[in-house]
Amino acid sequence: MTATSNVTTEPVLRRSSGATALRRGLQDWLPRIVLAPSFAVIILFVYGFIVFTAYLSMTSSTLLPRFDFIGLENYVKLFKLPNWWIALKNLAIFGSLYIGICCALGLFLAILLDQKIRGEGILRPIYLYPMALSFIVTGTAWKWFLDPGIGLDQTMHALGWASFHFDWIKNRDMAIYTVVIAAVWQSSGFVMAMFLAGLRGIDTEIMRAAAIDGAGPWQLYRRIIIPMLRPAFLSAFVVLAHMAIKSYDLVIALTNGGPGRATEVPATFMYSYTFTRSQMAIGAASAVIMLMMVASIIVPYLYSELSAERQQ
Amino acid sequence: MSAGGEGVRLGAGSPFWRAVLYAVLLVFAVYYLLPLVIMLLNSVKPLSEIRGGNLLALPKVWTFEPWHSAWSTAQVGVQATGLKPYFINSFLMVFPAVAISAALGAINGYILTKWRFKGDSIVFGMMLFSCFIPFQIVLIPMAKVLGTIGLAGTVSGLVMVHVVYGIGFTTLFFRNYYAAFPTELIRSAQVDGAGFFRIFWRILLPSSGPIIVVSIIWQFTNIWNDFLFGASFADFDSQPMTVALNNLVQSSTGVKEYNVHFAGAVLAALPTLVVYIVSGRYFVRGLMAGAVKG
Amino acid sequence: MGFLEISGLTKSFGQTEVLKGIDLDVEEGDFLVLVGPSGCGKSTLLNVIAGLENPTAGEIRIAGERVNELRPSERDIAMVFQSYALYPSMSVAQNLGFGLEMRGVPKAERETAIQEVAEMLQISQLLKRRPGQLSGGQRQRVAMGRALVRKPQVFLFDEPLSNLDAKLRVDMRMEIKRLHASLGTTIVYVTHDQIEAMTLASRIALLKDGILQQFGSPEDIYDNPANLFVADFMGSPAMNLVPAEVVEKEGEIGVALKQRANGALFLPAETRAAGPLKDWLGRTVTFGIRPEAVTDPDAADHKAGRLVEAECRADLVEPTGADTYIVTHLGGKEFTARLRANSRVKEDGAVTLAFNMGRSVFFDPKEGTRIA
Repeated sequence: MTATSNVTTEPVLRRSSGATALRRGLQDWLPRIVLAPSFAVIILFVYGFIVFTAYLSMTSSTLLPRFDFIGLENYVKLFKLPNWWIALKNLAIFGSLYIGICCALGLFLAILLDQKIRGEGILRPIYLYPMALSFIVTGTAWKWFLDPGIGLDQTMHALGWASFHFDWIKNRDMAIYTVVIAAVWQSSGFVMAMFLAGLRGIDTEIMRAAAIDGAGPWQLYRRIIIPMLRPAFLSAFVVLAHMAIKSYDLVIALTNGGPGRATEVPATFMYSYTFTRSQMAIGAASAVIMLMMVASIIVPYLYSELSAERQQ
Repeated sequence: MSAGGEGVRLGAGSPFWRAVLYAVLLVFAVYYLLPLVIMLLNSVKPLSEIRGGNLLALPKVWTFEPWHSAWSTAQVGVQATGLKPYFINSFLMVFPAVAISAALGAINGYILTKWRFKGDSIVFGMMLFSCFIPFQIVLIPMAKVLGTIGLAGTVSGLVMVHVVYGIGFTTLFFRNYYAAFPTELIRSAQVDGAGFFRIFWRILLPSSGPIIVVSIIWQFTNIWNDFLFGASFADFDSQPMTVALNNLVQSSTGVKEYNVHFAGAVLAALPTLVVYIVSGRYFVRGLMAGAVKG
Repeated sequence: MGFLEISGLTKSFGQTEVLKGIDLDVEEGDFLVLVGPSGCGKSTLLNVIAGLENPTAGEIRIAGERVNELRPSERDIAMVFQSYALYPSMSVAQNLGFGLEMRGVPKAERETAIQEVAEMLQISQLLKRRPGQLSGGQRQRVAMGRALVRKPQVFLFDEPLSNLDAKLRVDMRMEIKRLHASLGTTIVYVTHDQIEAMTLASRIALLKDGILQQFGSPEDIYDNPANLFVADFMGSPAMNLVPAEVVEKEGEIGVALKQRANGALFLPAETRAAGPLKDWLGRTVTFGIRPEAVTDPDAADHKAGRLVEAECRADLVEPTGADTYIVTHLGGKEFTARLRANSRVKEDGAVTLAFNMGRSVFFDPKEGTRIA
């Protein structure tokens, strides 16, 4: 050990094993101690609050919380409210169209962009930038653009298409579809990016093998590539679905739930019943239903993702 | 996701199909750009030109009056202050919330990957689920808690709310990043004599640049763009930009000043757009990390 | 009492027992190689010695002191990792100095130590670079330098050469051997490569499924394998291990190996082996002999206790340049012999082979234990 140097190093630290064990124990616990505040915050502000809201939904609270217990009465009441059914129906229309169109458009654009496109570096960010905007901004832009008074309608007339008529945003039956239009505009680029990443992750040898096997481009995509994008589809579905259930800002900015109650969704329903209509318990019950909807999508997904990870 | 990957060419690359391809892609570029262009064009037009009809026409008279109005004189809520104070509110809310949640996420991610303990995946799973809850479920108790601790209607209260519900995401980001960080480096540092904090500070953090950027951008965008918490917990003088913009646009009194609304919308979009333009690559990575777990 | 003592060591991860009662004892200055197939527990054993994993039971002593309770940094060890584990954000010099810095060694002393080690490993010109800017071989040197600079009591190497290409691996192997010779520090070295084990070790511990199969000098392990697994694992090309019947012929105990044609080949055992083999008369054992102990009569070791010549058929001839290997068929299996390079053997032709029975071994085919 002395062959090469005159530099002294620290001697081995020798401590009585009792003290060392204590110190080691502390060191072992340190990570858990450091993590504890974050975890406590999550337990209290997420899970504690969920329990609180769930409890509130079983009380007779109105303007202020009241801590009696009336069982599931509010849920019965909730599902008798026509407004709640409108909200659910709108969510179903909005959710399915939003997810469906975003996926279709996203996949379409991703496949097109994957054709060795010159200028991809410019196009991709253009498709994606709406995702950086607030839904309030998106809502404002589309609100006036779709407004028959000043927007598309007027513009088309000014350009000489006099018979053009587009007043969905003012039309009770069609207003929910304008929410879909704006939401798709905002999110489809993001879905495109997910699919593009999926496409880029596919082993090119598989594509070459399929080409040698005689698959044309159409068959190649339909039979080989799109099935391999399953994980990307799943992720896109989960993200879009939970965004749809939570969507609040866009509806507020675009239509404010109107005309009338035509674009009411569960998120706006919950807010107005809780804070403006002083029916806190009903609002809490609707929030619990929303949570259950999100959980039924997210929990299985997270569970399978985490256990797949553990197997690796 | 670099350009020029081995794509498969449709239509065997014939010039005709290539032309169609580019045409379709350009049409969609127009579709995505249109709302932004409309906002910009009409924010520099006099109101009369907008009322006159063509949203797509270039301004005949250029005016920056709408911008000035949106920034400092427009009637937002009760007072005619413009959006300026709310813009500042948003920054006052965003900076501390981003910094705190990113810092906590970093240390949490470090612990959950490099100091694993029994039950750590349950802890992580619970944190992860918190990213996805509909926030309606916490609105009522949170309002009560903020009132109890005296933070109701303050920017600090909003900072706290955003930190609490941001930890899940930042922890996810850092955890996934550190999971790929070689454990042998940690062991080596242990053999070298570095302890828990020293390993984090000297070994992991210096290599965490990309994920710090991703987390900051993600948190910045999310918190800046938040509306629900701002609308629920802020007072008139602590409202963030998004709430103020909505008030401006929805106000039912007086004439609808579309040009001012558009200018205000662009103002509200500006910070996140700048972040996106400057570091779009990291923004996309954040989106992906938020979407593809594990 | 040895310098590094491991006694009764077990390690379980949950339900799975990875190490099942390991006892090892090496002297100061020994070069201990832990070798075995992947999953045998050798890396876990190294990590337990390092203090990176806690043993489930058992004791580790370094220089007579129990170190179970000591943290890795307090055990006066240094470790070279398979991936090198160079800190990516630090320069080479900072990497080398980090361990000393953590121990509070003053800057000036650190600089001297870094310079010295850098010179010894010829990496002085790399000191300012980042690990990302180094080649594989250079990273390897830096990783070794980081261990050397600490002058620990024990060096731990975890498959340090497995990420290098073949040529570099041979060079670094020699360099490690040279370093050990000049420093004389005790080394524990993990590898799955039996050639690395043979060339480097002064002591080899061969593990399988968490059980120590054999512990001894390289020669001992090579020539006297304790069981079938050891015999099969060590050596390349592998030892011939074929079923053979124990028979008595003209008063001599020996084994009969089935040939493809004309019956069985009788190989009389050496006196040393005849005794234990007697109990196996009429039964089948696994007969083992290394390819280099089966050769052409001229090349055979004529001082060997017992040379038996026999004619076989060369199914396959493989000239490697230095030697010529021929593959024949004995005991129902392929059987390799090593002949001189210039021996003129034709494929499918007859060849006379000399079996050095002094180097033959016999195993219980079911238990794998050594008979003789």
